[in-house]
Amino acid sequence: MSQDVFVIAEHLMGNLEDVTFELLGKGRELADNLDGSLVGVLLGGGVEDLNRQMGKADKVICIDHEQIAEFNPDSYSKCLMEVLKTHEPKVTLVPNTSMGMDLAAALSVDLDLPLVAYAVDASAKNGTIAVTSQLYGGKMNVESRLEGDRCIISVIAGSFSSEDGKSDNVPEVEEVSPPDSLTDLKIRFKRLIEPEAGDVDITQQDILVSVGRGIQSEDNLPVLQKLADALGGVLSASRPIVDNKWLPKTRQVGKSGLKVKPKLYLAVGISGAPEHIEGMKDAELIIAVNSDPNAPIFDYAHYGVVGDLFDVVGQLSEKLKG
Amino acid sequence: MNIIVPIKQVTDLVEELEVDASGKDLNREWLKYKINEFDDHALEEALCLKEESGANVMAIALDSADIEKSLYTAAAKGADKLIKVTGDFGEAIPSHVAAKALANVLESLEYDLILTGVQAADDRDGQVAVLLAHYLGLPHVSVVTGVNLQDGKAIVHKEYSGGLMGEFEVDLPGVLGIQAARQTPRYAPVSRVRQAMRSTELEEMPAGDVSVAVGTTVQRMFKPETSDGAQMIEGSAEDVANQILNILSERGLKQ
Repeated sequence: MSQDVFVIAEHLMGNLEDVTFELLGKGRELADNLDGSLVGVLLGGGVEDLNRQMGKADKVICIDHEQIAEFNPDSYSKCLMEVLKTHEPKVTLVPNTSMGMDLAAALSVDLDLPLVAYAVDASAKNGTIAVTSQLYGGKMNVESRLEGDRCIISVIAGSFSSEDGKSDNVPEVEEVSPPDSLTDLKIRFKRLIEPEAGDVDITQQDILVSVGRGIQSEDNLPVLQKLADALGGVLSASRPIVDNKWLPKTRQVGKSGLKVKPKLYLAVGISGAPEHIEGMKDAELIIAVNSDPNAPIFDYAHYGVVGDLFDVVGQLSEKLKG
Repeated sequence: MNIIVPIKQVTDLVEELEVDASGKDLNREWLKYKINEFDDHALEEALCLKEESGANVMAIALDSADIEKSLYTAAAKGADKLIKVTGDFGEAIPSHVAAKALANVLESLEYDLILTGVQAADDRDGQVAVLLAHYLGLPHVSVVTGVNLQDGKAIVHKEYSGGLMGEFEVDLPGVLGIQAARQTPRYAPVSRVRQAMRSTELEEMPAGDVSVAVGTTVQRMFKPETSDGAQMIEGSAEDVANQILNILSERGLKQ
């Protein structure tokens, strides 16, 4: 076993995702405290350019092969298993993203390593690893301590600064061949599907009126559309609204939707699950209206209103009209 | 086609959550539980597949407070078979233990597809779908929003960020972590749930050996700090609206 910290890099459409730099920044701090090295692990096809961007790491272990050009839960977990088996890092940081979810738990079982998920912080003091997880829809944090020597931590995107993970240094790159086990895959990547164009682009709007489960019914959407119109903005939504098909996928803010930074984000009936916060916390002005005084959204909003959201929305529309 | 849907209950997040005297877990005395919303979507997708091309749908859950209600509700919605996995789990069941218990029971059952929720609000040690798949040595895809069955394989859509999706072909049997079903999960009226309690058999199966090491211990549970939280606007709806409009005016956000 080593004292090293490994960061599993994530990339999509030829770019490293921000979360990769966030993990490199945090990983640097952990590795320094553990007197270990920081190692980036990059899987893909034709990814030399991406290797070079990971200068915060002392070294990048790279499997660059056309067979793994696209993410595949089966091939990627098999590749990572070989890498982690060979190097036995103390801590492995994985993004708690769509891709990372398919990897972290897989590695935990196959390598018999503890996993702490939904991490928003991690520390290494005197060799002891402590991890803070955000659970219960962001309503509770739980601090876990590692009992054994090694662990996997899956980290919620947006938890750390991505600037801390960037560096002009050029890391040493160790090229590794893909494992033989890739010949026997039970999952095949078919294609990447891009979102349908044609709808408004919510990432380009100054004003978003964003609606969540609290609006209760599709029938209440027109009232909120009226408010959005009166403000000169458009409607966006949290995941449950889109899952219910009340608004199209193009309007979804959050982890599996879009990241937005409008001048005004008026969150109506959105409780603020971590997956949603990830997509809107950088808005310039956040005003939240919710009936639950304990809704996590109030931790991120600049202004908050606890009360009947339809009363407030009605009054706002009325006054804007007049 | 046999589809198995593992479900679990989570605390209703609309409720106020408090930390218990140990400082390490929720005060569960007054907590209300409901089916994990993602498991509800997994069940819905299974029932849609059943309606589309015929399948047996079995809902399975680890024994916990009120779990029978969730199982019978699944039957009322259209699940054909119910299994309650019995064992001494305690109240906060780690995901690794839950996945191992499910894997033990599933080893004696015949199935083609396992659909379960992509995540739950309390899975501190990882998501059950992927853990279960690896205990069983099966392929898995998480964050799935579309499932089609073709020639003994599943064609699935996996959501990435920014509205992008990956399409995969998965050999069966396999495990899919469902993010959202193709339609809003159906509702079962109480009368149908009562009827299901009379007409559907609930089989009990022991969990077997679930001694897997979680490897971490909870040191403390606490509410996230709110020191830099929102400045609250109070008053009647009209007062509140006026104050919001003032804030918007100050920032040049009012047309």
